[in-house]
Amino acid sequence: MNLQKDSAFEVRKVAVIGIGNSKFGVRQDVNISELAFEAVRPALEDAGLGASDIPFVALGSVGAGAWYEELLPAVVVSEYCGMTGAGLVRCEAACASGSAAFFTAYSAVASGQEDIAMAMGVEKMREIDSATAMEWIGRAGYYLWEFHNFGVTFPAYYALHANSHMAKYGTTEEDLALVAVKNHKYGSMNPIAHLQNKVTVEAVLNSMVIASPLKLYDCCPLTDGASSLVLASEEKVKELGVDTPVWVAGIGYSSGTANLSKRNSFSGLEASVQASKNAFKIAGVTPTQVDFAEVHDCFTIAEIMAYEDVGFCDRGEGVKLLREGQTEIGGRIPINMDGGLKSKGHPIGTTGCSMMYELAKQLRGEAEKGRQVPLKNNIGLAHNVGGTGHYCYVTILRR
Amino acid sequence: MSSMPSIKSREIKIVQEIPISKNLKFYEGLKEGKVYATKCKDCGKIYFPPNVDCPECLSTGLDWVELSSDAEIETFTHVVVRPTTFQQNKPYTVAIGRLQEGVKVLAWLTGFKLSEVKVGMKAKLVARMTPEGNPTYEFIRP
Repeated sequence: MNLQKDSAFEVRKVAVIGIGNSKFGVRQDVNISELAFEAVRPALEDAGLGASDIPFVALGSVGAGAWYEELLPAVVVSEYCGMTGAGLVRCEAACASGSAAFFTAYSAVASGQEDIAMAMGVEKMREIDSATAMEWIGRAGYYLWEFHNFGVTFPAYYALHANSHMAKYGTTEEDLALVAVKNHKYGSMNPIAHLQNKVTVEAVLNSMVIASPLKLYDCCPLTDGASSLVLASEEKVKELGVDTPVWVAGIGYSSGTANLSKRNSFSGLEASVQASKNAFKIAGVTPTQVDFAEVHDCFTIAEIMAYEDVGFCDRGEGVKLLREGQTEIGGRIPINMDGGLKSKGHPIGTTGCSMMYELAKQLRGEAEKGRQVPLKNNIGLAHNVGGTGHYCYVTILRR
Repeated sequence: MSSMPSIKSREIKIVQEIPISKNLKFYEGLKEGKVYATKCKDCGKIYFPPNVDCPECLSTGLDWVELSSDAEIETFTHVVVRPTTFQQNKPYTVAIGRLQEGVKVLAWLTGFKLSEVKVGMKAKLVARMTPEGNPTYEFIRP
């Protein structure tokens, strides 16, 4: 069901003027606040602002009180980073919480409520053992009907889609492996990535089965990480003399049922389809005008479905793009050139903000050698799914 | 877990008491070997999992209807790496099957070798009790 208003905005233009991202990985050298600081400080420095210049902070984080100890991370982190007194809110949209925070900060500025706002994502997933992390994330669908009796894990949710996609379109386990190979290749060039090793198709196929047909190397790691973006109005951009503003062209969103059993199809995510259509309509661009994209590859199958759901190819054609190398540098549309969730890592509530960090970095031409995308239209897209199409946000940025 | 210096948080045990008053018929049905769905008196829509309120027309007090058992498997996965509270279970197969009424059910699929399980195959939905005495439902060989 599409409920989002599709007319052009009658709102102010908003730009990303400061970006920061911590090193992703197992970060047991820092607590939640110290980790956030690693993203907030460079974002503020990049924007040429101080912490006291930020009147509103929207924080994406999911595991508060579950996989890390603080229940009010927006408050804790803002105190640590010098932003006490700002309006604070924690945004939850599962793995799309970072994009929800970005949308919230964007809205604060676009509406005229504020001239500056910060979007931030912070997540610590490695303070608990991985079986318990698997438990928490598995519960995050519909606990009562799909976890309580049946123990559906997060890999299992996507494995259900993988088997459906394979049966419908002839997608193979080797095809899934190609996603991991590509994303690790580019992740190896990204200094902030969690997993910087390259992998082969054989290594992926030989890794242990987690939830068939998905194997260990089909799955993103459990990652700690933080990301931060400073957003500003057009007037503020002029006033501050920002020379590399990256404009928000459009944000689309949608959602899917909590019960997977209530979905029509398991070979794609309807929420992704709707959110993408909305984002393209609002931004006034088409999929072919997008220079590069970040898509939500929490599992290899998720990236293939994303190609089809966002509209970079027709249904069932996702593997073709992949096999032909069309989603690498030199191809039709480079995708996940930061290594994606698969290699860069997936600190759940941070990921959306980290996607925007990557879009801004690429649009500013500041990505590391070997993974900087060629820019033609100066348009990048971030597709951020929460759960298994339970939430979806698609954000289009433009230089 | 990491070898970096750390302190342990205070330990808590969390068990939520989930109300089933409005769904009691469903849980009693499982004990009697029946899988119930609900049907809206006003718009006729059938719900599984059972809703007692209708999201389509906002009616309340939906009727209980027993589901047929013939299902077609739409997709499945074999869960090898299990979460904490399923550590005592052997790896299990989760499937989503479509029933004649048009509703779909997510449940475990048992009694098949994994190599036999295919998208599009037939299975039967049955109610049963777990070894721990909890009512549940699953797909079995027809």
